[in-house]
Amino acid sequence: MKFQKRLLRAEPNFQILTKLWQVNWLYVLLICALAVIGYGALYSAGGGTSRPFAGPQSIRFCFGLVMMLGIALMSPAILVRMAWPLYIFSLILLVAVLRMGHVGKGAERWLMLGGMQVQPSELAKIALVLMLASWFHKISYRSMGNPLMLVPPALMVLLPVALVLKEPNLGTAVIIGTVGASMFFGAGMRLWQIALLVLPMPFLAKIAYSHLHDYQKARVTTFLHPESDPLGAGYNIIQSKIALGSGGMWGQGYLRGTQGQLNFLPEKQTDFIFTMIAEEWGYVGGITVIGMLLLLVFGGMLIAMRSRNQFGRLLGLGISMNFFLYCAVNLSMVMGAIPVGGVPLPLISYGGSAMLMVMFGFGLLMSAWVHRNSTFGETTPGEKD
Amino acid sequence: MKLRKKKSGNRLMSRPEEGKNPSRGVFTRRALLLMAAQGAVLGALGERLYGLQVLNGSHYAKLAENNRLSKRFFAPPRGRITDRFGISVAANRINWRALLLAEETSDINGTLERFAQLVPLEPRDSVRIEHELRHKRRFIPIMLRDFLSWDDMARLELNMPSLPGVLIDVGTTRVYPFGPLMAHVVGYVAPPAEKDVVHNAELALPGMRVGRSGIEQTQDLSLRGQVGSVEMEVNAVGRVMAELDRDPGLAGDEIALTIDSGLQQQVLGRIGDQSASAVVMDCRNGEVLAMVSNPSFDPSLFDSGVSQTQWIEWTNNSQTPLINKAVSGLYPPGSTFKPAVAMAALRAGTLSPSDRITCPGYIDVGGTRFHCWSRYGHGTINLRQGLKYSCDVFFYEVARRTGMDPIAATSELFGLGAKLPEIELPHVRQGLIPTPTWRRAHGHHWNGGDTIVSGIGQGFVQVTPLQLATYVSRIATGRNVQPHLIRSVAGRMADLTDLGRAPGMDMPEHFFEDIRAGMFAVVNEEGGTAPKARLDIPGVQMAGKTGSAQVRRVSRAMRESGHFNSANLPWEYRPHALFICFAPYDAPRYATAVVIEHGNAGADVAAPLARDIMTDTLRRDPVNHREPPGQEVAQAEVD
Repeated sequence: MKFQKRLLRAEPNFQILTKLWQVNWLYVLLICALAVIGYGALYSAGGGTSRPFAGPQSIRFCFGLVMMLGIALMSPAILVRMAWPLYIFSLILLVAVLRMGHVGKGAERWLMLGGMQVQPSELAKIALVLMLASWFHKISYRSMGNPLMLVPPALMVLLPVALVLKEPNLGTAVIIGTVGASMFFGAGMRLWQIALLVLPMPFLAKIAYSHLHDYQKARVTTFLHPESDPLGAGYNIIQSKIALGSGGMWGQGYLRGTQGQLNFLPEKQTDFIFTMIAEEWGYVGGITVIGMLLLLVFGGMLIAMRSRNQFGRLLGLGISMNFFLYCAVNLSMVMGAIPVGGVPLPLISYGGSAMLMVMFGFGLLMSAWVHRNSTFGETTPGEKD
Repeated sequence: MKLRKKKSGNRLMSRPEEGKNPSRGVFTRRALLLMAAQGAVLGALGERLYGLQVLNGSHYAKLAENNRLSKRFFAPPRGRITDRFGISVAANRINWRALLLAEETSDINGTLERFAQLVPLEPRDSVRIEHELRHKRRFIPIMLRDFLSWDDMARLELNMPSLPGVLIDVGTTRVYPFGPLMAHVVGYVAPPAEKDVVHNAELALPGMRVGRSGIEQTQDLSLRGQVGSVEMEVNAVGRVMAELDRDPGLAGDEIALTIDSGLQQQVLGRIGDQSASAVVMDCRNGEVLAMVSNPSFDPSLFDSGVSQTQWIEWTNNSQTPLINKAVSGLYPPGSTFKPAVAMAALRAGTLSPSDRITCPGYIDVGGTRFHCWSRYGHGTINLRQGLKYSCDVFFYEVARRTGMDPIAATSELFGLGAKLPEIELPHVRQGLIPTPTWRRAHGHHWNGGDTIVSGIGQGFVQVTPLQLATYVSRIATGRNVQPHLIRSVAGRMADLTDLGRAPGMDMPEHFFEDIRAGMFAVVNEEGGTAPKARLDIPGVQMAGKTGSAQVRRVSRAMRESGHFNSANLPWEYRPHALFICFAPYDAPRYATAVVIEHGNAGADVAAPLARDIMTDTLRRDPVNHREPPGQEVAQAEVD
């Protein structure tokens, strides 16, 4: 009853329009700007037409934008209630994709759902963020000192990580794990607990490497020596670096990047879209995109900090972290800083489920912003215990 | 307004709580820490991007250029070869061929299988394709089949969607409109051998051919032309996106021969199916108007590769179809050598035109008896009669008086056993005029008898038909003419073709007149050895000399049995029949040498043939024509 009352107090009867007014339109504008850049890049990747990539992708973006605004209007209470079902659903999909999924390029797995390719790992990331945020929201800061309280959320992280590893998609598993870890960190995990976890890591990594698939090991070795196999696994990295380098300071000009337009760039519409942008627009274009991505990440973090409830804070942190990791892994990959893996550049790369899930995440972030002043269910040391 | 008020109230109310809830403070600190990490990572990536794009940009830009640009070379059209009237004797024909670019198909075997169903591949082709697939370079197509017919092309075009990687391409192949007629002179081309490609990478281009015989071989470089190139922008699978720069190359030079293809045809027609060789020359400047070696072969077979059975058939044939007998066939000149012996004696002063020698039918030298061809002898005769009757004893005696060294020296001045430096053919053999020095160098003793038999062109003496034609030309004109086959290259006339360029022989003119008179008597006087060579053209006479060269020593027993008749011998033991001649006698213009292998008597077989050839030549008079005489040849032209 008390909870109900609080809820009512914290959630005054907003009208939909006033809630919409509360949306951080500057942030939405930034998202749209990146989507426009993505449209331009996909138009170029399609050889100067919108037909193969840019057109469908822009429709998906519009759909995602509407979805984002819809989710932004949902109150934290509703989102908390959605967490468990969504999480379970994502786990079911992850199991399903292992059983009957389609394999593409050795790693990414997808399911055909209603004529659409769905990558369950994309959903799993968002569901996990939501799940962890609602879990940490419900326990107090003090109770986190008890390691036992960390066991259930740890299992929540490890379950999807294990399933994704089984796919086997190392890149996504690492991202999911890192997002989970960052939320533990943000939720107030004690430093000694962290130390206990981090110290045995190198040892575990060694064991993990011995269990990697051959193609994953090959990625590691060709990453270390890309010239050893210029036409095989190292081809992508070499061609990507050549494309970046030939862009120079000011770029080769829109639709005039030879590496991209002549198909030397592999997967230029998905993983290597950033390379294409940097080839055609040069360092100026590339650093602009990186700057805008960083603004979105920092914006998300600031939104998180601004929230008055733990749920909103952790939600914002998780979503921003997820977005950041996507960008960082993709950019490192195309610049040859880490082994190649099927991680797209969010908002820009061609791909339906990645786009929808990114917008879903931004919807959650916006909801945290819109409801930033709500202190619903906030457990203060005074009230509980 | 209401909303705002509530909000601000909210904020005020909750502020005291903040301090009590440590989670927000911890969160803010840790979030800032994470933001610093995020900023550091993206900043590092931006820095790396700067390094890649700006600091090392030019290096990578060069690599991108290499990726993008592909220079392709193409074979220039090979120069045409024509006869003296511009009629093609070697030309190029468009050749449609099917290529396979292995990078464009994921299933090479499937494509090949479907291809073979449409256009049958011979086992030889399949083996070659398999070999080439194993050794191919990236993005260089390999040839599946060439010489596609129109039907083949239609079937392929229709089924292109099921034949990924198959391209249809046009190239040229060499055609020889006259086929075997000109094969020995023109030669043939063939795909370059591996070792040629190692020395000259240009030859690796599809469609490049190398001359392997005849003019095609000796003039290969000027016929080949200059390789053209196209610089293209290609995409990652090697497909051409744009053409940036084109160097059309240079077509090979067109070479006009001195040969009159119409005369060549007539000469071959006269020879029929005998194993023989004939050369017709313009005796004033050395232009070879006809050079026939029979039997011959089809030169176009070499372009696509000669089959094993065909090759065996050629090489096992005792009539040697692949060999150009006119320059590579060596024959003892027999009695056709006698004018050279006479000239040597005149020059040496061991014989004067009025000297008389008695022929009793034999001569004894150093205890050996040498017979004249006539058992009854020729009585007492002078040089003119010696030539007219072709008396062996007369020339035995002349040779004995003169000695071998002066005979060899003079013969070589007439081109016998000598190099003919201007003839543009490969595998030209020099032949031999033996000398005591040569004999000793081979570890043998030179007998007096060797000089005697050399006097009638037997023994070790060996010459080629072209040398004989050169020799008779030089007798006819008194000029040191050089036989040659090329009249012009790319429109520039060959120097040798100018009349009056040939220097004199540096011998007294009356020596020549004496010998010509003897050769005139051979043909035109009662009792001469070659009455059958008399021309049937009013006011034009021919001078000539017969020759029958034994390939096997005739024993005295056989000769004395009185039943000896060389026509009864097996073919390969019969003597060669030779005839050399020039006409018109009073203003020499054409010279001819005819050698019929194992043709028996020169007077009976070679002389009439030479007469017919000379008659054809005089009737055509090719050196006085600007256009090809008659229509029959022009129709053979294919282009």
